[in-house]
Amino acid sequence: MSRVLLSGNEAIARGAYEAGIQVATGYPGTPSSEILREIAARYGNDIYAEWSTNEKVAMDAAAGAAYSGRRTLVTTKQVGMNVLADALLYTVYTGVEAGLVVVTADDPGMFSSQNEQDNRWYARLAKIPMLEPRDSQEAKQYILAGIELSERFDTPVLLRTGMRVSHSKSGVELGERAEVPKDVGPFVRNQTKYVCTAMWAKLRHPVVERRIVELAEYAETSPYNRIDWGDRALGIITSGVTSNYVREVFPEASVLTLGMTYPLPERMIRGFCDGVERVMVIEELDPFLEEQIRAMGLEVTGKELFPPCDELLPDTLQRIGIDAGLLDEADALIPENELPADLPPRTPVLCAGCPHRSTYYWLAKMKIPVAGDIGCYNLGCLPPFNAQHTMGCMGASVGVLHGMSIAGVPERGVATIGDSTFFHSGIPALANMVHNRSVGVTIIMDNGTTAMTGHQDHPGTDWSLHEKTAPRVPIEPLVRALGVKQVRTVNAFDIDEVKAGLDEALAYEDGPAVLITEGPCVQVSRPSLERYAVDTEACIACGTCFRLGCPAIIRSDVVHEPTGKRKAAIDTTQCVGCDLCRQVCPVSAIHRPEEAVQ
Amino acid sequence: MNDKADILVAGVGGQGTLLASDILAEVGLRAGYDSKKSDVLGLSVRGGSVLSHVRWGTDIASPVVRTGGMGYMLAFEPLEALRGVPLMHAGGQIVCNTQPVSPISVSSGEAAYPTRSQIESTLESAVSTVRFIDATQLAVEIGTPKVTNVVMLGAFSALFDIDASVWEDVVLGRVPEKYAELNREAFRRGRQLIREDTA
Repeated sequence: MSRVLLSGNEAIARGAYEAGIQVATGYPGTPSSEILREIAARYGNDIYAEWSTNEKVAMDAAAGAAYSGRRTLVTTKQVGMNVLADALLYTVYTGVEAGLVVVTADDPGMFSSQNEQDNRWYARLAKIPMLEPRDSQEAKQYILAGIELSERFDTPVLLRTGMRVSHSKSGVELGERAEVPKDVGPFVRNQTKYVCTAMWAKLRHPVVERRIVELAEYAETSPYNRIDWGDRALGIITSGVTSNYVREVFPEASVLTLGMTYPLPERMIRGFCDGVERVMVIEELDPFLEEQIRAMGLEVTGKELFPPCDELLPDTLQRIGIDAGLLDEADALIPENELPADLPPRTPVLCAGCPHRSTYYWLAKMKIPVAGDIGCYNLGCLPPFNAQHTMGCMGASVGVLHGMSIAGVPERGVATIGDSTFFHSGIPALANMVHNRSVGVTIIMDNGTTAMTGHQDHPGTDWSLHEKTAPRVPIEPLVRALGVKQVRTVNAFDIDEVKAGLDEALAYEDGPAVLITEGPCVQVSRPSLERYAVDTEACIACGTCFRLGCPAIIRSDVVHEPTGKRKAAIDTTQCVGCDLCRQVCPVSAIHRPEEAVQ
Repeated sequence: MNDKADILVAGVGGQGTLLASDILAEVGLRAGYDSKKSDVLGLSVRGGSVLSHVRWGTDIASPVVRTGGMGYMLAFEPLEALRGVPLMHAGGQIVCNTQPVSPISVSSGEAAYPTRSQIESTLESAVSTVRFIDATQLAVEIGTPKVTNVVMLGAFSALFDIDASVWEDVVLGRVPEKYAELNREAFRRGRQLIREDTA
């Protein structure tokens, strides 16, 4: 059988296909976003896939589909699980008619997240089985296993990956799609199972408790947990991608690799611990396995050696292994080169041509307190803008702005929120501002897509994951319908229009104001405009254009004699001709190329 | 053919480094290796530093290479090449694009971009062979700076005893068909750069 190279996310999509999954929902979030894209692109004829408005909506829809007899997949990033959890927790009680797997892609190392939460706790909280693949082959296989477990034990199943599983690529053997019926029958009317009203839910709780005991028994002989006996002096209990690092750094050790990390196979773990002299639990983030293994009365070493923060990469395992006398330094890989001193940092920046730039230019200049949100525009917190003062989670900006207002902060505050994030969870907070008579400006930065996670659709776009043209929910009428009286939409690429809109909104005192800054994401609709140029003669090195934080605007080697400052230049390989720098230049030194020639 | 290769791909978000690491991993698999790769994605794709690890070998466990273990570096940008230095083995080889991409810390005047001679001496003292190529300029000559990554891959391919047709198949399988000729040209011109250099 041929092996193809797939990322963990692509392998999960393949697993969904082979498992006979027919419905897939989710909200984009790194590192989970590619799963649904891949399903729609490759398996769209067999699987209905949608980007739902938020993770909870995705999970409710998945529950409905699974109740209706469709095998179903839900995808989220680790913090999206917090949004999804309310819906997940009732499906634990109801169970399903067809398999239901929830994929949580965690982010140890926080490559693109606001925290490093360990979503394994959700399996324990919800009392549902959890599978953790270590590479792409297992990612595919565990989707099949998840569907099987879900149907056999009548439970939702959690599959947890991390950035290094979702975004690494390795070989995968492909299989055929399981046969599933094309149509479903009438909706099941089983009230005592599917209506979680207290009197019936009370009857379901013992079912949940019995089920997790049965699952623990299953875990003892599960093919996904396995022991590789090596040197009996050291035994390591591990799971997921960490098991790959363990194999690389401790090739001699005996290893118990748990593919099913909840519930744990107690007898298997006892047998393993009895078979070795010393046991270490090596797991990223929290002592999830360790605490449960200690609770079995077993002596293990874990978090006192291996830190709960950041990834546990091979480098870290090697260093700790040497310090603890578990590894011989002679067998270690010792780096020969050091990091050169004083390298200029390279933080991410808003792209050349980004529609968010004009808003942060003014917010920085006007020194307004800004409650930020999740999206590319979070980059407004970095230099040269430094114009975002809080950021917590999806949709938080509007609620935090409201909190500033009711707390009596003497300045008028601003919330910045993207279009997709506004639909995700900004709408209830804005309705709350209207109803509770709050003031403050919500800037909805509408770039027509969910940009940061790779340009997915949302209810405000006229296309969807499964349709080229889709009904669009327009933002301005929606905001007006919520009762916001002061609403204006401006062109994000017109610097004066943005300023005028902002001034007007800030002056409004009879309730919340909304400013919609409209401009397409440059990554989606790249304007084929001319590259701009700086007239070096005219440039006075005032630095105004640098305050736009555009990666295409660089310091030239030409010095402005009176001030000794270096003049501006434009990197033509990066400029897309958005025109903002021309608009802010006080001496008209920035031109379109043909103007410069004249 | 080498029995293994650990390759670092270093660059700036938006330069096409992820496509390049995808192509490298695929070339490894087609050449008969076990192949794994790991990228860092997310907000860093908006103009931040991007590092990818690609591993070719037999039965690879970790998709991440230990510091000091990299045998090769394909650097799309000189400053990012410097950032990748600690990962490199002293016997390693580097192919580095000479076109700088100025970070905001430099354009805002807070920090200075290393000089060409600093870059050259640091890289050359860190590994056994460094080859500098102006891939961006060559890509512009060919038609668009967007094929810089394929010029780089062409140059890099000359370091390995893997048939050029394997590389070209994988590259052309990953780009839109209407740009196939442009990319073929970019790959061949890039490959020529190093082959002439070593001939």
